[in-house]
Amino acid sequence: MSDVTAAGRAARGPGSGAGTARRTARWAAWAAAALVAIAVPFYLDGFWLQTGLFAMSAAVGAIGINLLTGSTGQLSMGHAFFLAVGAYAYVYFADPGQDGAHAIGGLGLPTPLAVVLAVLTAGVAGGLFSPIAGRLKGAYLGIATLALIFLGQHLLFNAEPVTGGYNGRAVPPLELFGLTFADTPELVLLNVPFGALERLWFLGLLLVLGAAAFARGVLRGRPGRAMNTIRDHEIAAGVMGVPVARYRAGVFVLSSMYAGLAGVMLALVFQRTVPEYFGMLLSLDYLAMIVIGGLGSVGGAILGAVFVSVLPQLLTRYSGTLPLIAEPGSGGVSPAEAARILYGAAVVAVVLFLPGGLLGLLGRLRGAPGGRRAVLGRGPALPFSPPPASPSTSPTPDTRS
Amino acid sequence: MITFLELLVNGLSMGSVYALIALGFVIIFKATEVVNFAHASLLLAGGYVVARLHPFTGFWLALLIGVAFAGLLAALVEFLIIRRANVGSHSVLAIVTIGVDIVITTELTRQMGTEILSLGDPWGDSVVHIGGVTVAEVRIVALGTAAALITLFLLAFRYTGWGVAMRATAEDAETAALMGIRLGRVSLSAWAVAGALAAVAALFLCVFPTPGLDRGTSFAAIKAFPAAILGGLDSTTGALAGGLIVGVTEALMTGYQNQLAFLGRGIGDVAPFLVMLVILLLRPAGLFGTRETARV
Repeated sequence: MSDVTAAGRAARGPGSGAGTARRTARWAAWAAAALVAIAVPFYLDGFWLQTGLFAMSAAVGAIGINLLTGSTGQLSMGHAFFLAVGAYAYVYFADPGQDGAHAIGGLGLPTPLAVVLAVLTAGVAGGLFSPIAGRLKGAYLGIATLALIFLGQHLLFNAEPVTGGYNGRAVPPLELFGLTFADTPELVLLNVPFGALERLWFLGLLLVLGAAAFARGVLRGRPGRAMNTIRDHEIAAGVMGVPVARYRAGVFVLSSMYAGLAGVMLALVFQRTVPEYFGMLLSLDYLAMIVIGGLGSVGGAILGAVFVSVLPQLLTRYSGTLPLIAEPGSGGVSPAEAARILYGAAVVAVVLFLPGGLLGLLGRLRGAPGGRRAVLGRGPALPFSPPPASPSTSPTPDTRS
Repeated sequence: MITFLELLVNGLSMGSVYALIALGFVIIFKATEVVNFAHASLLLAGGYVVARLHPFTGFWLALLIGVAFAGLLAALVEFLIIRRANVGSHSVLAIVTIGVDIVITTELTRQMGTEILSLGDPWGDSVVHIGGVTVAEVRIVALGTAAALITLFLLAFRYTGWGVAMRATAEDAETAALMGIRLGRVSLSAWAVAGALAAVAALFLCVFPTPGLDRGTSFAAIKAFPAAILGGLDSTTGALAGGLIVGVTEALMTGYQNQLAFLGRGIGDVAPFLVMLVILLLRPAGLFGTRETARV
């Protein structure tokens, strides 16, 4: 993420040698990262690709909830519900359905259209909740959105014609410009067989980049300022002419659309949607991600998403060689449980010792004397503070009135 | 009619248990402005201690230890984490309690595995008949205990020095501190009391007709969240009303689910949340909550 702001550039002055060097270094880092990302499917096996794809889907969802919780201060426990809406809506629109004893509905639309419609459906679902999302604030909304989880689970298990009930539904593969994102027909690139995961990898990268760019745009422009002001001082925001309720509802809709896209990606990777997955634990995972990564920023959401979704996979993979962690099913601390305990503790530790999350930590490591933060005249990363992009916002201790 | 009365009594009994949980939730919110999502895990911890200890110490001592343990655990969470977290917004503190909840719940469910633990309560599955209505004895005990505890708490809240300190803090923490009230003690005691109440509630969530303490118990406890918010998060009266509303709705919807078959199986579990949504649509601050004076 390049976060050189206009202010920072002006402060450093044009043609300053250090600045140019740093910019070159950053471009080099970006190019290297892009190369690595492109090279991954050619070298790593399916396990890592799948893990990576989960992380990408989680990153999109986390960016969405970070707009809502991190930037606007609205807690949502209902993110998993909107992921489910996205995933199931995609299947419903794309699958032709089947008749017979276990009749399952479906529209059989072209799959790219189904993706768009699924994201829109998630947005509409978020919009339907807006009478509540616009009026409640902070943790109140958190409890109210708990309802969505339970309602969602109820619907997923009971609305069998649409959701397939307990067994879920198979996800039809995406077809884009004649390319099918599935294992067949076979495709070999540079002696590497390109299956579904390899193909989805690139799609995932594009989607994450797009999602991140859009969110950055939102955060850096007028809406971002307004959202931060609502979070920091609701009344001040209202006095300055920000329509608080409309903004809250709007951000809620946007965040649910992000969740919907994440749900579609998840469905494409899993190739099957099952209702149990979209329970409360998933929502808690997303909240953990944004706190661990860093609240209120796109980079933080991505870092947190990678951390939370890769950790359990890593522990599972190496459970044999790690101390204290037992192989699954042998009675000790299983990798999944160890991962949950670890990132639960990480949430607490980050808030206690690392305000700003992993992103804040990175910034501080880079921000040695003369670093960017010092240039912008900011102290150490403030809790709940956005990236240096918006220099005007510092949180107030009191947000209740 | 008989069915209706039986459902109503059971609903009131469950509702009073939810009210206990919701009351703890509200106490913590009033004293520290933290929405404590770890409440379900405190409840689980209290219940777990009772379940593990009762074969060795007998039920009553185990219950006492369990209640003390949950209170202590809650106080520890406040002392070690909430007090030290230096954050700008209370939403972040709420997420911190979610972190605490993840850790405690994961560890406890791991310890429990797939077991269903009995709490060794002396009431068992005996029933009493009042008129034509058959009610489990333990449900009446639950109703009585909850009513007694809630009355006790409300009296203490109203008349003791501790209660006055608590109310003053809730009104205006800064002024209260200037008047010599030690905020640390107030919030520590609020957490401890809430934890203890949750442990008592755990007992009554795990007795007849539920089979015992298992990994699903914390989900049962989550139904107390809508109870707290639909009554109004800063109102003790609201917690009581909310608990009873949730309990009765749930019992009735579960009892009549054959007539409500078009809503799908297991509608009783969703009912508390549906009621909450309806009430929040009409009154965003809950039934008894303080309405915002500022409009934006």
